Amino acid sequence: MSKVAAELKYSVEHEWIARDGAGPSTIGVSAVAADALGDIVYVDLPEVGATVTAGEVCGEIESTKSVSDLYSPVTGVVTETNSGAIEDPAIINSDPYGAGWLFKVDVESDGPLLSAEEYAAANGGEL
Amino acid sequence: MTENHTALYGEHQKAGASFTDFGGWQMPLKYSSELAEHHAVRKTAGLFDLSHMGEVWVTGPDAAAFLDYALAGKLSAVAVGKAKYSLICNVDGGIVDDLISYRLGDEKYLVVPNAGNAATVAALLAERAAGFDVVVEDVTSETSLIAVQGPNAAAILLTLVPAEQHSLVTELKYYAAVYVTINGQELLLARTGYTGEDGFEIYVPNADAATLWQVLLENGSEQGLVPAGLACRDSLRLEAGMPLYGNELAVTGHAYSAGLGPVVSLAKESDFVGKAALAAIKESGDGVTSGRKLVGLKGLGRRAARGHYSVLKDGAVIGEVTSGQPSPTLGYPVAMAYIDVAYAEVGTALDVDLRGKAEPFEVVALPFYKRQK
Repeated sequence: MSKVAAELKYSVEHEWIARDGAGPSTIGVSAVAADALGDIVYVDLPEVGATVTAGEVCGEIESTKSVSDLYSPVTGVVTETNSGAIEDPAIINSDPYGAGWLFKVDVESDGPLLSAEEYAAANGGEL
Repeated sequence: MTENHTALYGEHQKAGASFTDFGGWQMPLKYSSELAEHHAVRKTAGLFDLSHMGEVWVTGPDAAAFLDYALAGKLSAVAVGKAKYSLICNVDGGIVDDLISYRLGDEKYLVVPNAGNAATVAALLAERAAGFDVVVEDVTSETSLIAVQGPNAAAILLTLVPAEQHSLVTELKYYAAVYVTINGQELLLARTGYTGEDGFEIYVPNADAATLWQVLLENGSEQGLVPAGLACRDSLRLEAGMPLYGNELAVTGHAYSAGLGPVVSLAKESDFVGKAALAAIKESGDGVTSGRKLVGLKGLGRRAARGHYSVLKDGAVIGEVTSGQPSPTLGYPVAMAYIDVAYAEVGTALDVDLRGKAEPFEVVALPFYKRQK
Protein backbone atom coordinates (compact mmCIF):
# COMPACT_ATOMS: atom_id res chain seq x y z
CA MET A 1 0.00 0.00 0.00
CA SER A 2 1.22 3.44 -0.80
CA LYS A 3 1.96 5.38 2.35
CA VAL A 4 0.43 8.60 1.03
CA ALA A 5 -3.04 8.55 -0.52
CA ALA A 6 -3.12 10.82 -3.56
CA GLU A 7 -6.68 12.12 -3.21
CA LEU A 8 -6.22 13.58 0.29
CA LYS A 9 -4.84 16.76 1.84
CA TYR A 10 -2.44 16.63 4.80
CA SER A 11 -1.24 18.67 7.74
CA VAL A 12 2.38 18.86 8.79
CA GLU A 13 1.31 17.02 11.96
CA HIS A 14 0.44 13.99 9.79
CA GLU A 15 -3.34 14.24 9.81
CA TRP A 16 -5.18 13.72 6.53
CA ILE A 17 -8.47 15.31 5.54
CA ALA A 18 -11.00 14.20 2.95
CA ARG A 19 -13.62 16.55 1.55
CA ASP A 20 -17.01 14.99 1.17
CA GLY A 21 -18.87 17.44 -1.04
CA ALA A 22 -20.65 20.03 1.06
CA GLY A 23 -20.88 17.67 4.06
CA PRO A 24 -18.46 17.32 6.95
CA SER A 25 -14.84 16.47 6.18
CA THR A 26 -13.29 13.23 7.40
CA ILE A 27 -10.01 13.31 9.32
CA GLY A 28 -7.50 10.63 10.16
CA VAL A 29 -3.76 10.08 10.58
CA SER A 30 -1.48 9.20 7.69
CA ALA A 31 0.08 5.79 7.19
CA VAL A 32 3.44 7.48 7.65
CA ALA A 33 2.40 8.52 11.15
CA ALA A 34 0.67 5.23 11.97
CA ASP A 35 3.82 3.30 11.02
CA ALA A 36 6.06 5.58 13.03
CA LEU A 37 3.83 5.28 16.10
CA GLY A 38 3.84 1.50 16.07
CA ASP A 39 0.85 -0.58 17.07
CA ILE A 40 -1.87 1.81 18.21
CA VAL A 41 -3.69 0.65 21.32
CA TYR A 42 -5.70 3.66 22.45
CA VAL A 43 -7.16 6.73 20.86
CA ASP A 44 -8.73 9.71 22.60
CA LEU A 45 -10.91 11.73 20.19
CA PRO A 46 -12.71 15.05 20.60
CA GLU A 47 -16.37 14.88 21.65
CA VAL A 48 -19.11 15.22 19.10
CA GLY A 49 -20.27 18.85 19.25
CA ALA A 50 -16.87 20.12 20.37
CA THR A 51 -15.14 22.86 18.44
CA VAL A 52 -11.66 21.98 17.22
CA THR A 53 -9.10 24.53 16.09
CA ALA A 54 -6.65 24.11 13.25
CA GLY A 55 -3.15 23.38 14.51
CA GLU A 56 -4.29 22.69 18.08
CA VAL A 57 -4.32 19.46 20.03
CA CYS A 58 -7.72 17.77 20.03
CA GLY A 59 -6.90 14.28 21.30
CA GLU A 60 -4.17 11.72 21.63
CA ILE A 61 -3.02 8.52 20.05
CA GLU A 62 -1.26 5.95 22.17
CA SER A 63 0.80 3.09 20.79
CA THR A 64 2.59 0.34 22.64
CA LYS A 65 5.70 2.51 22.64
CA SER A 66 4.57 6.09 22.85
CA VAL A 67 1.88 8.72 23.12
CA SER A 68 1.33 11.38 20.48
CA ASP A 69 -0.93 14.38 20.40
CA LEU A 70 -3.63 14.45 17.77
CA TYR A 71 -3.91 17.82 16.02
CA SER A 72 -6.88 19.10 14.13
CA PRO A 73 -5.99 20.19 10.58
CA VAL A 74 -9.09 22.40 10.41
CA THR A 75 -11.31 24.61 12.55
CA GLY A 76 -14.92 23.57 12.99
CA VAL A 77 -17.42 21.49 14.92
CA VAL A 78 -17.01 17.74 15.37
CA THR A 79 -20.04 15.92 13.92
CA GLU A 80 -19.03 12.31 14.36
CA THR A 81 -16.27 10.12 15.80
CA ASN A 82 -15.29 6.66 14.62
CA SER A 83 -16.41 4.27 17.35
CA GLY A 84 -14.81 1.43 15.37
CA ALA A 85 -11.38 3.02 15.81
CA ILE A 86 -12.04 3.69 19.50
CA GLU A 87 -13.05 0.06 20.04
CA ASP A 88 -10.30 -1.45 17.91
CA PRO A 89 -7.48 1.07 17.40
CA ALA A 90 -5.49 -1.51 15.42
CA ILE A 91 -7.54 -0.58 12.35
CA ILE A 92 -5.76 2.78 12.37
CA ASN A 93 -2.59 0.85 11.56
CA SER A 94 -4.15 -1.58 9.12
CA ASP A 95 -6.37 0.85 7.22
CA PRO A 96 -5.44 4.45 8.14
CA TYR A 97 -7.15 5.99 5.11
CA GLY A 98 -10.27 3.84 5.30
CA ALA A 99 -11.81 2.07 8.28
CA GLY A 100 -9.28 3.76 10.55
CA TRP A 101 -10.62 7.31 10.05
CA LEU A 102 -10.95 9.24 13.32
CA PHE A 103 -13.53 12.05 13.26
CA LYS A 104 -15.61 14.29 11.03
CA VAL A 105 -15.76 18.07 11.18
CA ASP A 106 -18.14 20.66 9.82
CA VAL A 107 -15.30 22.84 8.58
CA GLU A 108 -15.33 26.59 9.17
CA SER A 109 -11.78 27.16 7.99
CA ASP A 110 -8.71 25.17 7.01
CA GLY A 111 -5.35 25.29 8.67
CA PRO A 112 -2.31 25.15 6.42
CA LEU A 113 -2.69 21.99 4.35
CA LEU A 114 -0.30 20.16 2.06
CA SER A 115 -1.12 18.40 -1.16
CA ALA A 116 -0.38 14.69 -1.30
CA GLU A 117 2.69 15.45 -3.44
CA GLU A 118 3.98 18.00 -0.92
CA TYR A 119 3.30 15.73 2.02
CA ALA A 120 4.98 12.77 0.34
CA ALA A 121 8.01 14.88 -0.54
CA ALA A 122 8.30 16.20 3.01
CA ASN A 123 8.23 12.68 4.44
CA GLY A 124 10.47 10.93 1.96
CA GLY A 125 7.47 8.91 0.88
CA GLU A 126 6.05 8.08 -2.50
CA LEU A 127 2.58 8.43 -3.85
CA MET B 1 27.49 9.40 18.54
CA THR B 2 29.03 6.41 16.86
CA GLU B 3 26.50 4.22 15.17
CA ASN B 4 27.66 0.68 15.60
CA HIS B 5 26.14 -1.97 13.38
CA THR B 6 25.93 -5.60 14.44
CA ALA B 7 27.02 -8.36 12.07
CA LEU B 8 23.32 -9.01 11.48
CA TYR B 9 22.48 -5.50 10.30
CA GLY B 10 22.14 -6.68 6.69
CA GLU B 11 19.76 -9.45 7.76
CA HIS B 12 17.56 -6.91 9.54
CA GLN B 13 17.54 -4.65 6.48
CA LYS B 14 16.53 -7.58 4.28
CA ALA B 15 13.72 -8.37 6.68
CA GLY B 16 12.41 -4.81 6.47
CA ALA B 17 13.24 -3.79 10.03
CA SER B 18 12.83 -0.26 11.30
CA PHE B 19 15.83 0.71 13.39
CA THR B 20 16.44 2.56 16.60
CA ASP B 21 19.55 3.71 18.41
CA PHE B 22 20.15 1.68 21.54
CA GLY B 23 23.29 2.05 23.59
CA GLY B 24 25.13 3.46 20.58
CA TRP B 25 23.99 0.66 18.26
CA GLN B 26 21.58 0.71 15.35
CA MET B 27 19.23 -2.09 16.39
CA PRO B 28 16.02 -3.47 14.88
CA LEU B 29 13.04 -1.93 16.69
CA LYS B 30 10.50 -4.11 14.89
CA TYR B 31 10.17 -5.99 11.64
CA SER B 32 6.43 -5.81 11.18
CA SER B 33 4.17 -5.27 14.16
CA GLU B 34 5.73 -5.23 17.64
CA LEU B 35 2.48 -6.64 19.05
CA ALA B 36 2.60 -9.60 16.67
CA GLU B 37 6.25 -10.17 17.60
CA HIS B 38 5.39 -9.99 21.30
CA HIS B 39 2.61 -12.57 20.94
CA ALA B 40 4.86 -14.83 18.85
CA VAL B 41 7.41 -14.99 21.68
CA ARG B 42 4.67 -15.85 24.19
CA LYS B 43 3.01 -18.46 21.95
CA THR B 44 5.66 -19.82 19.56
CA ALA B 45 9.11 -18.24 19.33
CA GLY B 46 11.02 -15.08 18.46
CA LEU B 47 14.55 -14.57 17.15
CA PHE B 48 16.50 -11.66 18.62
CA ASP B 49 19.78 -10.03 17.70
CA LEU B 50 21.46 -9.14 21.00
CA SER B 51 24.89 -8.55 19.53
CA HIS B 52 24.95 -5.10 21.07
CA MET B 53 25.37 -6.73 24.47
CA GLY B 54 28.93 -6.81 25.82
CA GLU B 55 31.10 -9.88 26.25
CA VAL B 56 34.12 -9.76 28.55
CA TRP B 57 36.24 -12.80 29.32
CA VAL B 58 37.81 -13.02 32.75
CA THR B 59 40.43 -15.77 32.93
CA GLY B 60 43.28 -16.75 35.20
CA PRO B 61 44.03 -18.32 38.58
CA ASP B 62 42.39 -15.41 40.47
CA ALA B 63 39.29 -15.17 38.23
CA ALA B 64 36.83 -16.21 40.94
CA ALA B 65 38.43 -14.11 43.68
CA PHE B 66 38.64 -11.14 41.33
CA LEU B 67 34.95 -11.25 40.41
CA ASP B 68 34.07 -11.61 44.08
CA TYR B 69 35.86 -8.29 44.53
CA ALA B 70 34.64 -6.55 41.38
CA LEU B 71 30.95 -7.57 41.54
CA ALA B 72 28.33 -7.55 44.30
CA GLY B 73 27.54 -11.26 44.06
CA LYS B 74 29.54 -14.25 45.18
CA LEU B 75 30.80 -15.47 41.83
CA SER B 76 33.26 -17.92 43.40
CA ALA B 77 30.26 -19.93 44.61
CA VAL B 78 28.95 -20.43 41.07
CA ALA B 79 29.46 -23.97 39.74
CA VAL B 80 31.16 -24.46 36.38
CA GLY B 81 28.46 -24.42 33.69
CA LYS B 82 26.14 -22.15 35.66
CA ALA B 83 25.30 -18.48 35.34
CA LYS B 84 24.61 -15.78 37.89
CA TYR B 85 22.80 -12.45 37.70
CA SER B 86 24.80 -9.77 39.49
CA LEU B 87 25.54 -6.09 39.82
CA ILE B 88 28.68 -4.09 39.38
CA CYS B 89 28.60 -1.21 41.85
CA ASN B 90 30.69 1.84 42.54
CA VAL B 91 32.19 2.53 45.97
CA ASP B 92 29.00 4.35 46.99
CA GLY B 93 26.90 1.28 46.23
CA GLY B 94 25.45 2.88 43.08
CA ILE B 95 24.61 0.47 40.28
CA VAL B 96 27.04 0.79 37.36
CA ASP B 97 25.37 -2.09 35.53
CA ASP B 98 23.46 -5.30 35.97
CA LEU B 99 25.03 -8.23 34.24
CA ILE B 100 25.12 -11.99 33.83
CA SER B 101 28.30 -13.97 34.42
CA TYR B 102 28.81 -17.51 33.17
CA ARG B 103 31.37 -19.75 34.83
CA LEU B 104 32.85 -21.87 32.07
CA GLY B 105 35.83 -23.25 33.95
CA ASP B 106 37.50 -23.05 37.36
CA GLU B 107 39.46 -20.06 36.09
CA LYS B 108 37.20 -18.86 33.30
CA TYR B 109 34.15 -16.58 33.31
CA LEU B 110 32.23 -14.79 30.60
CA VAL B 111 30.73 -11.51 31.85
CA VAL B 112 27.87 -10.03 29.83
CA PRO B 113 27.10 -6.35 30.51
CA ASN B 114 24.45 -4.20 28.84
CA ALA B 115 25.22 -2.59 25.49
CA GLY B 116 25.32 0.97 26.73
CA ASN B 117 27.55 0.05 29.67
CA ALA B 118 29.83 -2.50 28.00
CA ALA B 119 32.82 -0.22 27.54
CA THR B 120 32.45 1.22 31.05
CA VAL B 121 32.20 -2.24 32.60
CA ALA B 122 35.16 -3.58 30.63
CA ALA B 123 37.25 -0.60 31.70
CA LEU B 124 36.18 -0.91 35.34
CA LEU B 125 36.95 -4.62 35.37
CA ALA B 126 40.40 -3.95 33.91
CA GLU B 127 40.99 -1.26 36.55
CA ARG B 128 39.78 -3.44 39.42
CA ALA B 129 41.96 -6.33 38.19
CA ALA B 130 45.09 -4.64 39.55
CA GLY B 131 46.74 -7.02 41.98
CA PHE B 132 44.82 -10.07 40.76
CA ASP B 133 46.32 -12.73 38.52
CA VAL B 134 43.65 -12.44 35.80
CA VAL B 135 43.27 -11.40 32.19
CA VAL B 136 40.28 -9.21 31.30
CA GLU B 137 39.47 -9.32 27.60
CA ASP B 138 36.64 -7.35 25.98
CA VAL B 139 35.46 -9.31 22.92
CA THR B 140 32.23 -7.36 22.40
CA SER B 141 33.18 -6.12 18.94
CA GLU B 142 33.90 -9.60 17.58
CA THR B 143 31.06 -11.52 19.24
CA SER B 144 27.45 -11.80 18.13
CA LEU B 145 24.63 -12.94 20.36
CA ILE B 146 21.45 -14.49 18.99
CA ALA B 147 18.51 -15.39 21.22
CA VAL B 148 15.70 -17.83 20.49
CA GLN B 149 12.91 -17.17 22.98
CA GLY B 150 9.52 -18.77 23.42
CA PRO B 151 7.85 -22.11 24.13
CA ASN B 152 9.10 -23.61 20.84
CA ALA B 153 12.70 -22.46 21.35
CA ALA B 154 14.08 -25.85 22.38
CA ALA B 155 12.39 -27.71 19.52
CA ILE B 156 13.74 -25.20 17.00
CA LEU B 157 17.25 -25.42 18.37
CA LEU B 158 17.21 -29.23 18.26
CA THR B 159 16.82 -29.15 14.47
CA LEU B 160 20.38 -27.77 14.31
CA VAL B 161 21.98 -29.99 16.95
CA PRO B 162 23.22 -33.56 16.30
CA ALA B 163 21.02 -36.24 17.90
CA GLU B 164 23.70 -37.38 20.35
CA GLN B 165 23.79 -33.85 21.81
CA HIS B 166 20.04 -33.33 22.11
CA SER B 167 20.06 -34.10 25.80
CA LEU B 168 22.64 -31.34 26.36
CA VAL B 169 20.00 -28.91 25.12
CA THR B 170 16.86 -30.40 26.62
CA GLU B 171 18.47 -30.97 30.01
CA LEU B 172 20.19 -27.60 30.17
CA LYS B 173 18.90 -25.83 33.24
CA TYR B 174 17.74 -22.22 33.42
CA TYR B 175 20.76 -19.99 34.04
CA ALA B 176 23.20 -22.59 32.78
CA ALA B 177 25.41 -22.79 29.70
CA VAL B 178 27.13 -25.48 27.66
CA TYR B 179 29.14 -25.82 24.45
CA VAL B 180 27.00 -27.53 21.82
CA THR B 181 27.39 -28.20 18.10
CA ILE B 182 24.89 -25.93 16.40
CA ASN B 183 24.66 -26.05 12.61
CA GLY B 184 28.00 -27.87 12.59
CA GLN B 185 29.84 -25.39 14.77
CA GLU B 186 30.71 -25.63 18.45
CA LEU B 187 29.09 -22.65 20.16
CA LEU B 188 28.30 -21.49 23.65
CA LEU B 189 24.60 -21.99 24.37
CA ALA B 190 22.95 -20.48 27.45
CA ARG B 191 19.44 -21.04 28.75
CA THR B 192 18.81 -17.44 29.66
CA GLY B 193 16.68 -14.60 28.39
CA TYR B 194 14.89 -11.36 29.02
CA THR B 195 11.36 -12.27 27.99
CA GLY B 196 9.85 -14.38 30.76
CA GLU B 197 9.69 -17.37 28.42
CA ASP B 198 11.84 -20.43 28.05
CA GLY B 199 14.66 -19.63 25.69
CA PHE B 200 18.27 -19.75 24.69
CA GLU B 201 21.07 -17.37 23.88
CA ILE B 202 23.81 -18.38 21.46
CA TYR B 203 27.24 -16.73 21.38
CA VAL B 204 28.67 -16.84 17.87
CA PRO B 205 31.65 -15.20 16.13
CA ASN B 206 30.58 -12.26 13.94
CA ALA B 207 31.67 -14.03 10.75
CA ASP B 208 29.20 -16.88 11.36
CA ALA B 209 26.29 -14.87 12.75
CA ALA B 210 24.37 -14.21 9.53
CA THR B 211 24.44 -17.87 8.49
CA LEU B 212 23.20 -19.00 11.89
CA TRP B 213 20.46 -16.34 11.84
CA GLN B 214 19.28 -17.50 8.40
CA VAL B 215 19.33 -21.19 9.28
CA LEU B 216 17.44 -20.59 12.52
CA LEU B 217 14.74 -18.60 10.71
CA GLU B 218 14.50 -21.24 7.98
CA ASN B 219 14.30 -24.17 10.38
CA GLY B 220 12.11 -22.35 12.83
CA SER B 221 9.49 -20.97 10.49
CA GLU B 222 7.34 -24.10 10.76
CA GLN B 223 7.41 -23.68 14.54
CA GLY B 224 6.30 -20.07 14.28
CA LEU B 225 9.73 -18.46 14.75
CA VAL B 226 9.75 -14.82 13.66
CA PRO B 227 12.44 -12.15 13.92
CA ALA B 228 11.66 -9.98 16.94
CA GLY B 229 12.86 -6.45 17.63
CA LEU B 230 13.71 -4.36 20.66
CA ALA B 231 10.17 -2.96 20.94
CA CYS B 232 8.76 -6.33 21.90
CA ARG B 233 11.87 -7.17 23.92
CA ASP B 234 10.97 -4.20 26.11
CA SER B 235 7.29 -5.13 26.46
CA LEU B 236 8.20 -8.76 27.18
CA ARG B 237 10.73 -7.92 29.87
CA LEU B 238 8.35 -5.42 31.45
CA GLU B 239 5.60 -8.03 31.71
CA ALA B 240 8.18 -10.36 33.25
CA GLY B 241 9.04 -7.67 35.82
CA MET B 242 12.67 -7.52 34.76
CA PRO B 243 14.52 -4.24 35.32
CA LEU B 244 16.10 -2.33 32.45
CA TYR B 245 19.29 -0.45 33.16
CA GLY B 246 18.64 3.24 32.58
CA ASN B 247 14.98 2.87 33.53
CA GLU B 248 14.75 0.93 36.79
CA LEU B 249 18.47 0.79 37.53
CA ALA B 250 20.90 3.69 37.67
CA VAL B 251 24.16 4.71 39.23
CA THR B 252 22.14 7.04 41.46
CA GLY B 253 20.08 4.13 42.76
CA HIS B 254 20.97 1.05 44.76
CA ALA B 255 20.15 -2.64 44.94
CA TYR B 256 17.86 -2.49 47.97
CA SER B 257 15.36 0.00 46.62
CA ALA B 258 15.40 -1.87 43.29
CA GLY B 259 14.37 -5.06 45.06
CA LEU B 260 17.73 -6.62 44.28
CA GLY B 261 18.94 -6.95 47.88
CA PRO B 262 19.39 -10.73 47.52
CA VAL B 263 21.81 -10.14 44.63
CA VAL B 264 24.21 -8.37 47.02
CA SER B 265 26.33 -10.80 49.01
CA LEU B 266 27.23 -8.90 52.17
CA ALA B 267 27.99 -12.31 53.67
CA LYS B 268 30.92 -12.67 51.29
CA GLU B 269 34.00 -12.81 53.56
CA SER B 270 36.16 -10.84 51.18
CA ASP B 271 35.74 -7.16 50.44
CA PHE B 272 34.06 -6.00 47.23
CA VAL B 273 33.62 -2.62 45.62
CA GLY B 274 30.67 -0.92 47.29
CA LYS B 275 30.45 -3.35 50.22
CA ALA B 276 30.79 -0.83 53.05
CA ALA B 277 28.35 1.58 51.43
CA LEU B 278 25.82 -1.15 50.72
CA ALA B 279 26.05 -2.45 54.27
CA ALA B 280 25.31 1.06 55.53
CA ILE B 281 22.38 1.46 53.12
CA LYS B 282 20.94 -1.87 54.20
CA GLU B 283 21.33 -0.87 57.85
CA SER B 284 19.54 2.45 57.15
CA GLY B 285 16.55 0.64 55.65
CA ASP B 286 16.47 2.96 52.65
CA GLY B 287 14.28 1.45 49.95
CA VAL B 288 12.74 -1.04 52.38
CA THR B 289 11.43 0.76 55.47
CA SER B 290 12.08 4.33 54.31
CA GLY B 291 12.54 6.22 51.07
CA ARG B 292 11.24 4.79 47.82
CA LYS B 293 11.16 1.30 46.40
CA LEU B 294 10.43 -0.29 43.07
CA VAL B 295 6.90 -1.66 42.66
CA GLY B 296 4.58 -2.91 39.96
CA LEU B 297 1.50 -0.88 38.99
CA LYS B 298 -1.57 -2.07 37.17
CA GLY B 299 -3.70 0.46 35.31
CA LEU B 300 -7.43 0.28 35.94
CA GLY B 301 -8.24 2.30 32.82
CA ARG B 302 -6.99 1.96 29.27
CA ARG B 303 -4.33 4.64 29.24
CA ALA B 304 -0.77 3.62 30.01
CA ALA B 305 1.72 5.26 32.33
CA ARG B 306 5.08 6.07 30.78
CA GLY B 307 8.58 6.66 32.10
CA HIS B 308 8.98 9.77 34.33
CA TYR B 309 5.25 10.27 34.92
CA SER B 310 4.41 11.17 38.51
CA VAL B 311 2.69 8.71 40.84
CA LEU B 312 0.13 10.41 43.08
CA LYS B 313 -1.66 9.67 46.34
CA ASP B 314 -4.54 12.03 47.02
CA GLY B 315 -2.99 14.49 44.58
CA ALA B 316 0.46 14.53 46.18
CA VAL B 317 3.47 13.19 44.28
CA ILE B 318 4.74 10.05 45.99
CA GLY B 319 6.76 8.47 43.21
CA GLU B 320 7.83 8.27 39.59
CA VAL B 321 7.20 5.75 36.84
CA THR B 322 10.32 4.16 35.34
CA SER B 323 8.74 2.01 32.59
CA GLY B 324 5.18 1.59 31.46
CA GLN B 325 3.03 0.57 28.55
CA PRO B 326 -0.07 -1.43 27.71
CA SER B 327 0.63 -5.11 28.39
CA PRO B 328 -0.06 -7.03 25.16
CA THR B 329 -0.44 -10.33 27.01
CA LEU B 330 -2.55 -9.14 29.93
CA GLY B 331 -4.61 -6.51 28.14
CA TYR B 332 -4.19 -3.72 30.69
CA PRO B 333 -1.56 -1.06 31.31
CA VAL B 334 1.41 -2.09 33.45
CA ALA B 335 4.21 -0.01 34.87
CA MET B 336 7.13 -0.11 37.23
CA ALA B 337 7.67 2.84 39.52
CA TYR B 338 9.68 3.98 42.49
CA ILE B 339 7.24 5.06 45.19
CA ASP B 340 7.35 5.92 48.88
CA VAL B 341 7.49 2.68 50.84
CA ALA B 342 4.42 3.77 52.84
CA TYR B 343 2.27 3.16 49.75
CA ALA B 344 4.11 0.13 48.38
CA GLU B 345 1.86 -2.56 49.79
CA VAL B 346 0.15 -4.72 47.17
CA GLY B 347 -3.43 -3.57 46.64
CA THR B 348 -2.80 0.10 47.43
CA ALA B 349 -4.85 2.39 45.19
CA LEU B 350 -2.81 5.19 43.60
CA ASP B 351 -3.05 7.52 40.64
CA VAL B 352 -0.62 8.30 37.87
CA ASP B 353 -0.54 11.75 36.36
CA LEU B 354 -1.18 10.97 32.69
CA ARG B 355 -0.40 14.27 31.03
CA GLY B 356 -2.43 16.31 33.48
CA LYS B 357 -5.15 13.82 34.32
CA ALA B 358 -4.98 11.51 37.35
CA GLU B 359 -5.77 7.96 36.26
CA PRO B 360 -6.26 5.10 38.74
CA PHE B 361 -3.60 2.45 39.22
CA GLU B 362 -3.07 -0.23 41.83
CA VAL B 363 0.11 -1.65 43.35
CA VAL B 364 0.53 -5.27 42.27
CA ALA B 365 3.16 -7.93 42.85
CA LEU B 366 5.94 -8.38 40.30
CA PRO B 367 6.21 -10.04 37.85
CA PHE B 368 3.02 -9.06 36.04
CA TYR B 369 3.28 -12.16 33.89
CA LYS B 370 4.59 -15.60 34.77
CA ARG B 371 4.60 -18.41 32.25
CA GLN B 372 2.93 -21.73 33.00
CA LYS B 373 5.58 -24.39 33.49
